[in-house]
Amino acid sequence: MGYEKFNKLKSTSVPLPIENIDTDQIIPARFLKATERIGFGDNLFRDWRYNPDNSPKKEFVLNNDTYNGKILVGGKNFGSGSSREHAAWAIYDYGFRCVISSFFADIFRGNCLNIGVLPVQVSPEFLDKIFNSVFENPKTELIVNLKNQNVSIPSLCISESFNINKYKKENMLNGYDDIDYLMNIKDSIIEFAKNTPL
Amino acid sequence: MSNTLFDKVWDSHIVSKINNGPDVLFIDRHMVHEVTSPVAFLGLKNRNIKVLFPEKTFATADHNTPTINQHLPVKDPLSANQLKALEKNANLHDISYWGLGHEKNGIVHVVGPEYGITQPGATIVCGDSHTSTHGAFGAIAFGIGTSEVEMVLSTQCIMQPKPKKMRITVDGKLSKGVTSKDVALFIISKLSTSGATGYFVEYAGEVFTEMSIEGRMTVCNLSIEMGARGGMIAPDKKTFDYIKNREFTPKGKDWDKAMVYWSNLNTDENAVFDKELIFDGNSIQPMITYGTNPGMGISISKGIPKAENQDTGINTYKKSLDYMNYSEGESMIGKKIDFVFLGSCTNGRIEDFREFAKIVKGRKKASNVTAWLVPGSHKVEKAIKNEGILKILKQAGFKLREPGCSACLAMNDDKVPAGKYAVSTSNRNFEGRQGPGSRTLLASPLVAAAAAITGEITDPRNYIK
Repeated sequence: MGYEKFNKLKSTSVPLPIENIDTDQIIPARFLKATERIGFGDNLFRDWRYNPDNSPKKEFVLNNDTYNGKILVGGKNFGSGSSREHAAWAIYDYGFRCVISSFFADIFRGNCLNIGVLPVQVSPEFLDKIFNSVFENPKTELIVNLKNQNVSIPSLCISESFNINKYKKENMLNGYDDIDYLMNIKDSIIEFAKNTPL
Repeated sequence: MSNTLFDKVWDSHIVSKINNGPDVLFIDRHMVHEVTSPVAFLGLKNRNIKVLFPEKTFATADHNTPTINQHLPVKDPLSANQLKALEKNANLHDISYWGLGHEKNGIVHVVGPEYGITQPGATIVCGDSHTSTHGAFGAIAFGIGTSEVEMVLSTQCIMQPKPKKMRITVDGKLSKGVTSKDVALFIISKLSTSGATGYFVEYAGEVFTEMSIEGRMTVCNLSIEMGARGGMIAPDKKTFDYIKNREFTPKGKDWDKAMVYWSNLNTDENAVFDKELIFDGNSIQPMITYGTNPGMGISISKGIPKAENQDTGINTYKKSLDYMNYSEGESMIGKKIDFVFLGSCTNGRIEDFREFAKIVKGRKKASNVTAWLVPGSHKVEKAIKNEGILKILKQAGFKLREPGCSACLAMNDDKVPAGKYAVSTSNRNFEGRQGPGSRTLLASPLVAAAAAITGEITDPRNYIK
């Protein structure tokens, strides 16, 4: 499934300063029953966002109009647990295009890159600076520049660079996906398969 | 050049390398279940392509399946629809499908090894993070997202940067009442849920060489809970004895040919790991978790740690204890529980039921406890009956359910109600994992059995001779 190209994103952000946010929180298993990729954003952070009677939990950040934007900022070890790509879909479908944290779980990071959500890993110090400036002023804008591989807080005149492998960067800049690449080398895969021991 | 077990398997599966990018890795076995596959199959439909190697692809239904009255139609229309979608996709693409009611049906990570689909030196993936289970056989096995499921269906490859390598060595002897589950929970408690992120783990040392194959599966299964993509253990005689003569393992000359490959699957003496950790197996005690991630585990006789001794921020730690309604310093022993769940891809195999039965034999289930005993597959279910375990369980006041993922993830009807405590042999104690508001205490089948008969958290060593 194609996704919107990612180049440079300037946006306010939604802060979630909790560590170890697992994919069961991002989207609980009971909402994984669809057979198409639609509507997952409605259930993003379902049990943190809504009471059992479906009324919104006022204290949760997604229900607070003060904070909005296309960037989600989470605590360390974001996206641990289940491999469900639905977690990344829910984040994309809700309207986020980028998640910033000081550490990402492996499978979640890969899933994000495959569907067009940019995971940006920053130092714990820089993450604290983002949280502090957003809590101080929710209108604080962040600029995520994929081409230059840096993220900045213009109001503080600070920025930090981030890592991404060159192949994935090109993919995101151009909206390419891995399957197109693999389909292109299908003949060599079939040849390789002939000599595998199992 | 000296190589690790992981290097040997990974490097022999590289179709091509991309500069400053991932490897194109060939996948020998692709396991598919109903939850993470429908959107991938839809992708194939949109591209108008078929599954490239249906004979390397195996489908089973487990997450959505009910664990009682499996002969009746599935009540939840969304679950029924997802199960139907897998059946339809499997038929369309000529993939073997072990759906609800099929004699080989069960949890994907239980049936794979049972039928010999899981083999040493194979690359195995599934859209499920506990695919790491299959590493017990010396396979590289890990969970993938749905985009990658689509890649494997359409090209039998995925694109992954090679992870770093970690070796965890545990020497010594496990003491009475300490199981493979305790070893895993102990390691995770030391590493935290992110301590092995970016690594692929090899488990080595006396504790693992002495461990049964099923015990090794439990350990490898939980590798993901410390952030590792997967974990693996070098195959040995036990491994080869276990897989021999299973339906999908090679026979005759093919077996001999495979053995040539398999017998070289170990880490060379001088091979280098990016990280090495060593633990003393003698010191491991029965474990239990008290918080909302699998890293929050302690020896069952210890008290809940203080916030200031934690690596996580105090707010995160307190949020977790608040959710559990526990306080720092409290003892875990004696805490009241409401549910016991024996099952899942972590502890739903026959050995787990044997362990559980060992403690409940001749005793009675506590009246305040609801117990769900769920075999990982029909094969396990059959063994429970044939070995006389079912009789023991029944006499102790327990019932046996039908195979499936059950209460591990609250996707089917088996949900723990809000505020209730469940001692669970599964793999995750995240908030709401077993049902909205549910509180999970991860533990071994022995700890689960002791809790089931007393109705509170109990040291299982009190019940073992």
